Amino acid sequence: MAEFLFEILSEEIPARMQVRAGADLKKLLLAGLEKAGLTVENIRVLTGPRRLTFVADLPLRSPDVSEERKGPRVGSPERALGGFMKAAGLSDISEAEIRTDPKKGEFYVAVIESAGRDTDAILQEVIPEVMGNFPWPKSMKSAGSTFRWVRPLRGLLVLLGGAIVDVTVGGIQSSNTTLGHRRHGAGPFVISSFKDYTDTLEGKGHVRLSHEDRKAVIKSKATALCAEKGLELVEDEGLLNEVAGLTEWPVVLLGDMDAGFLNLPDEVIRLTLKSHQKTFTVRDPKTGDLAAHFIIVANQIAPDGGDMIKAGNGKVISARLSDAVFFQTEDAKLKLIDYYDKLDTVVFHKKLGTIRDKAERVAALAHELAPKVGADPDLAEQAAKLAKCDLVTQTVIEATSLQGQIGRLMFEREAGLNNNSVHSREGGNPERKAPASDALDPTLRWGDRENNSVATAIEDHYKPQGPSDAVPTDPVAIAVALADKLDTLVGFWAIDEKPTGSKDPFALRRAALGVVRIILENDVRLRMEPYLWLATKKMPKSDEVRARIDGIELVGSVKSKEFKEAAHARVDVDVHSTGAYISDLLAFILDRLKVYLRDQAMRHDIIDAVLADGSDDLVAIVNRVKALQTFITTPEGENLLAGYKRAANILKAEAKKGDLPTGEANRPANEHGAKVFDALTTASPAITAALESEDYAAAMRELANLREPIDTFFTETQIISDDIAVKDNNLRLLRMISDTSRQIADFEAIQG
Amino acid sequence: MTAEPKQPLSFQGLILRLQAYWAEQGCVILQPFDTEVGAGTLHPATVLRSLGPKPWNCAYVQPSRRPADGRYGENPNRLQHYYQFQVIMKPNPENLQDLYLGSLDAIGIDRDLHDIRFVEDDWENPTVGAWGLGWEVWCDGMEVSQYTYFQQVGGQDLDLVSGELTYGLERLAMYVQGVESVYDLRYNDHGVSYGDVFHRNEVEQSTYNFEHSDVDKIRQKFEFAEAECKALLALENPLPLPAYEHALKASHLFNLLDARGVVSPTQRQEYIKRVRDLAKGSAEAYAASEAVERNSA
Repeated sequence: MAEFLFEILSEEIPARMQVRAGADLKKLLLAGLEKAGLTVENIRVLTGPRRLTFVADLPLRSPDVSEERKGPRVGSPERALGGFMKAAGLSDISEAEIRTDPKKGEFYVAVIESAGRDTDAILQEVIPEVMGNFPWPKSMKSAGSTFRWVRPLRGLLVLLGGAIVDVTVGGIQSSNTTLGHRRHGAGPFVISSFKDYTDTLEGKGHVRLSHEDRKAVIKSKATALCAEKGLELVEDEGLLNEVAGLTEWPVVLLGDMDAGFLNLPDEVIRLTLKSHQKTFTVRDPKTGDLAAHFIIVANQIAPDGGDMIKAGNGKVISARLSDAVFFQTEDAKLKLIDYYDKLDTVVFHKKLGTIRDKAERVAALAHELAPKVGADPDLAEQAAKLAKCDLVTQTVIEATSLQGQIGRLMFEREAGLNNNSVHSREGGNPERKAPASDALDPTLRWGDRENNSVATAIEDHYKPQGPSDAVPTDPVAIAVALADKLDTLVGFWAIDEKPTGSKDPFALRRAALGVVRIILENDVRLRMEPYLWLATKKMPKSDEVRARIDGIELVGSVKSKEFKEAAHARVDVDVHSTGAYISDLLAFILDRLKVYLRDQAMRHDIIDAVLADGSDDLVAIVNRVKALQTFITTPEGENLLAGYKRAANILKAEAKKGDLPTGEANRPANEHGAKVFDALTTASPAITAALESEDYAAAMRELANLREPIDTFFTETQIISDDIAVKDNNLRLLRMISDTSRQIADFEAIQG
Repeated sequence: MTAEPKQPLSFQGLILRLQAYWAEQGCVILQPFDTEVGAGTLHPATVLRSLGPKPWNCAYVQPSRRPADGRYGENPNRLQHYYQFQVIMKPNPENLQDLYLGSLDAIGIDRDLHDIRFVEDDWENPTVGAWGLGWEVWCDGMEVSQYTYFQQVGGQDLDLVSGELTYGLERLAMYVQGVESVYDLRYNDHGVSYGDVFHRNEVEQSTYNFEHSDVDKIRQKFEFAEAECKALLALENPLPLPAYEHALKASHLFNLLDARGVVSPTQRQEYIKRVRDLAKGSAEAYAASEAVERNSA
């Protein structure tokens, strides 16, 4: 084995891409080397702002490979022999060996020997291949070259067993040298091995090579610096990863800021420091309040101990926070609801109107949804209007990720709520005085409890923002969150902007999963489809949208299923452009439900079996799936499923021969048939009743009772009797079995 | 024995130093383009010269006009007229990063004491169908330059990639001189301040832009610039250089209308698209003529 050391040096790689690039480099190199027959051991990958490094142990040659290819029998026709020789690369059939097999007799075998290759030569092929197809999220060309990399390439250190592997990529010739930190050890340094590489760069080169090492250094230095002042670092893993990607030699400094800025909401300070300055906030562990300091991670050991760097950063932070104070002061000149009309200046989507249009729709839908989630309809409507207002405040225009939080803070302040939530801070800010009592005319009759609900809804209606984000739990927040997401889904479906493949620019999958999770995790009982129609009817009536939803207006309150049939009968084309898109959207939401349930170990086939009857009450669906999955794994369940399939198969086979007998089954004369008939006659209404009262366990028990009589019926009776009348009645009985089972789910879909 | 502390560069000193530095690196030093532009990049020496196969290195100061940013001379950081220093090197030399860092040394930023960082910041200008990858350069957390490797201009892939550097001169000077208001900048070393030179201009131009510009006439001028640009591009032998100038004029006229607040959101989109069509059309015509030249060469 020999040590392979490979470093790709470039100009600064975006911080967010480095770790992923290291993983991709490893994956691609490993695939290329293994494909060439090399075993790769002891792999290490290092990433940083200017370099990706891969180290591994490789054999010096790939092994010789002997491959045998079986050919035709001796004495086969010319054409068969010719084809074999061509495929195996033989010029004459005498080059093949003749083997004997007791069954096949004598036949030809071509033995193809491929000699191993020097690893050096393999690397000369694999490296340009890997670099030429590197999956950077964005890449560029430099000067006159056609080679693409994330930023201009500057060096290739390629050593195998200490010797340079001769390779040229993107106009850069490999060498045994590298560069260090720009200010503290630029180099170039001649490198002989990985140990030499790390010793040199981590030493006089002043480059901490490992992303994880840099993170650890930053975290421990920052913690220590804070502790010296009796303070605590506000940890932020995302920011830590970023600054570890912006520094080769991280130097942590504690800077000071004007304590006056602490009157700003914590979130505003944290976000301003983080997103604009890549700087950590610091807090007082005793009170939990932010302190008038910040942590900078510089890339430089300055001879003045970093005083200039601290001062410079402090100045920029002051300017940024002054802007934030200005925005907050400006924003506070109006009440939150006063921003409502200004929402008309922001376009949500050019075919779906402005944000105000959307807020208006969401408010109406939230009003309609409220009774289903136990919220006051008027409260939900008002919360929905308030929820979008902060989008046109200067603070949110400057920092979109504060949407919801700023609205909540403004509303809490206006409603005189004294919440010690993590988002608001009590302090000497004169702008934070209790509001005049007429601050919120529509909400005068509401007390703190209602106002708290509204405040929560303003912030939480965006939730869940991802699979790991919590769902809203306050009823008002649930109503607004559901209405907002349903409006988004219906809107984009109405204008035919559905997600395709990996493209989902409006995050509609996330919205649909949000709907599913909000409903299930809060046990909200509602049928989806009527609300999709309600949302649809609120869509703007532009020509394009109208074309798609006119059909709905035609039939108004007709129930959806009937509508679909009616619409089908009326104008087929219209259904494709109008009615069909609602069922398409419902299917999309149910697809998210399937994914969600599969993640919870629910069986795919059982979900399909339950969904087959077109149910759209998500909670009921899940309850049935759970009950059925439990039942189907019991011996009763397994046998009943087998009985159902047997009945269904016989019916299918008979149907092929001719029309099945119609009409109801009579009680058969024979004992076993009569028992089945009686059991089914009892079970069917009982199952109907159990389903109506949503007692799925009881429905399954009724089904389980059928198992024994059905089993006996099959084993003791000749179903396809020679007596036509008996046969026909038996077939009718089988259909009773099938129909009764299918009251619960489509057993056809279940694998058994 | 104490060393005399070096006085930081004046505003004009900064410009002279940057010009001298980039002249030494082989750049043609151009004078500002004489049509109003919103950014130094829009100078034809950058947008059009980055097209085609001919190498080109230049540097220039360009006044940038942003009528809506005027604050009547009352805001210490906002101006409707300010300066950018622009460097374009085509093809980008291998050591452009080092050359750039050298320019910071040249204007007196001590890189031992200050933390210089290259932070991802890609650039896009849909008006001229251009984009590139690069960074904003930070000095102690403050953005002092934009650094971009052009990839497309006028919707065309580039034969030769250019490296573009943009220094925001007022901001850089404020940093170097340590002043809080742009008007307090020392313009030269003989007692003239930036405010002495430009404050009145900011007040009057803001007043004009916001209160007195003749909206109807400006709309007519826009129509004229647009028609002229289209006509020049429709010639059998199109004239992309004057066409592009008219595209820039249209762009500035639109900015004037926008500053008056007479453009509705819908109209705004419409205007932007019209300007974009002109600028992109001119860039495409220029690229096409360069391609013809290359093929006949």
